[in-house]
Amino acid sequence: MSSLSDGATLSATGVHKRFGALVVLDDIDFAMGADEAVGIVGPNGAGKTTLLSVLSGAFPPSSGSIAFKGDDVTALPATQRCRLGLVRTHQVPKPFSGMTTFENVFVAASHGAGLGRDEAYEEALGSLKLCGMLGVANRRAETLGLLDRKRLELARALAARPTLLLLDEIGGGLTDGEASELVGTIKELCRRKIGIVWIEHIVHILLQVAERLICMDAGKIIADGEPQAVMADPQVIRAYLGGGPK
Amino acid sequence: MSAASTMIERGTAPSRIAAVAVAIVIALLAVAPQFLSAGAVDRMTALFIYVILAAMWNALAGFGGLVSVGQQVFFGLGAYFAIRLADAGLNPFLSLFVSAIIVGVVSWPLSLVMLRLRNGEFAIGMWVIAALTHLLVNLDRLVQGETGTSLISLNVYDAATRRVTIYWLALASMSALLAILFGLLRGSTGAAIRAIRDNEDAAASVGVRVTGTKRLLFVLAAFGIGVAGALWLATSITFQPKTYFNVQWTAYMIFMVLVGGIGTFEGAILGALVFFLIETWFGGTGVWYLVGLGATAVLFSLFLPRGLWGTVEERFGLRLLPVGYRVRLAEDAADQSGGDAQPLKTTTNRETA
Repeated sequence: MSSLSDGATLSATGVHKRFGALVVLDDIDFAMGADEAVGIVGPNGAGKTTLLSVLSGAFPPSSGSIAFKGDDVTALPATQRCRLGLVRTHQVPKPFSGMTTFENVFVAASHGAGLGRDEAYEEALGSLKLCGMLGVANRRAETLGLLDRKRLELARALAARPTLLLLDEIGGGLTDGEASELVGTIKELCRRKIGIVWIEHIVHILLQVAERLICMDAGKIIADGEPQAVMADPQVIRAYLGGGPK
Repeated sequence: MSAASTMIERGTAPSRIAAVAVAIVIALLAVAPQFLSAGAVDRMTALFIYVILAAMWNALAGFGGLVSVGQQVFFGLGAYFAIRLADAGLNPFLSLFVSAIIVGVVSWPLSLVMLRLRNGEFAIGMWVIAALTHLLVNLDRLVQGETGTSLISLNVYDAATRRVTIYWLALASMSALLAILFGLLRGSTGAAIRAIRDNEDAAASVGVRVTGTKRLLFVLAAFGIGVAGALWLATSITFQPKTYFNVQWTAYMIFMVLVGGIGTFEGAILGALVFFLIETWFGGTGVWYLVGLGATAVLFSLFLPRGLWGTVEERFGLRLLPVGYRVRLAEDAADQSGGDAQPLKTTTNRETA
């Protein structure tokens, strides 16, 4: 179990996020090392996606700070964080609908990873191949089904050459076969020393990859540690199954 | 299966023929004044200006997602600054282009404000800017309100020289602006521009500089439309603010782009040609001309929402001036891809352009 040390690659310190009166993130402290694979679970509305958005720079926290690779990135927009190697996927896929699958991924390779043309081609093709999307490379993204759109989120994020990847429910709705393919892909990323933060409801998929599990509830981290221990934590069980006997 | 043996193709066989055809057409147009009547030369000049307007609005809205109904502001300013520069003693022909540069420079600070607006706010906001600018220009003593003024210094050239010079300037401007646009949209910036159009947040999340890219496009479109406005001034000599700052200019741009095919490079050019022909044939019929234009626009949006070229592209896969990327899979990879890989009949071209 990692502590909030100076050696952390990505850390959030005292992060709050409020939307009007609604407190979505309530004093989050979180840190992880460069090649850790961290799973995040929690009931709907726990603030998981909001945490990912704040980490990736989609919007700033109301208070608190985010550090990446030793620098305070709280004020940096998503574009800059992506170029530093901190890249996210979206829970509701956000494809560039009027562009082909390849073009979607090429944009990330060209701008996110900052590659020249030929290198960007290679990178884009490489990540399409890794995600099993070469066959639909020339399809306009708007014609893709939900599963392919989710794959595209992953392929596009990968083409930006992340050192740390924030995944938001890319496994929802997969069959067992597709899920094990996805696990294989993520494990390959771990082998490439890419750090992973993965929000997923399908815990058994998550546990095949995550070496550390965080459970959130009502904007707080209620458990953090070795996956089996977290799943057995009474607070976690209560968060999922409701109050029960007090 | 190896990604390395997979090719990315940019051109197609028809597009290579098209490139040659474009060069030939421009060369023919360059010598055409020798064979055309004075009236026809003027009409062709108008066509070149329409092509510029359509291509610029298409780049802005069709590729960049920046739908504006206030682009007449740059058209009017292009003419206005040219008047001012010529009045200050600059050569009138030179004034046209210096004016367009000033329009581009002015559009930069404007973009700081306007690009904060999104979608409909941006569209209408631009119209407000155009209306305000119109009023400000009216305050200029030189313009004398709606009385207007003229590009008097052009009169030192005799009519024939003037007509042909403006024709060539318009042809050269159109060719150069189309080339610049094509280069921009075909490059990696063009991919970023289309990504921003489709989803701004997602574009930012994969490292696209959203605001900077939009600003570049905005300024380029302002410059191009400024050139068009200045050229229009040169052909018509007179400058009345309400003629130039009229929203009809943007309405024409929208018409040309929607009819031709929004978001395709060929579409804007085709749309300008269609508009030009309709105007040539029916322009004299007064109100019915406008009714016809409106009806055409309605019919297209109902039955051919992708416009003429968008439909041709979809039906026949024909791309003459392609800005996109096609993946041509290596044999073994293609086998795996199953039925949904489209047959790629075009020849392979590992991109060298």
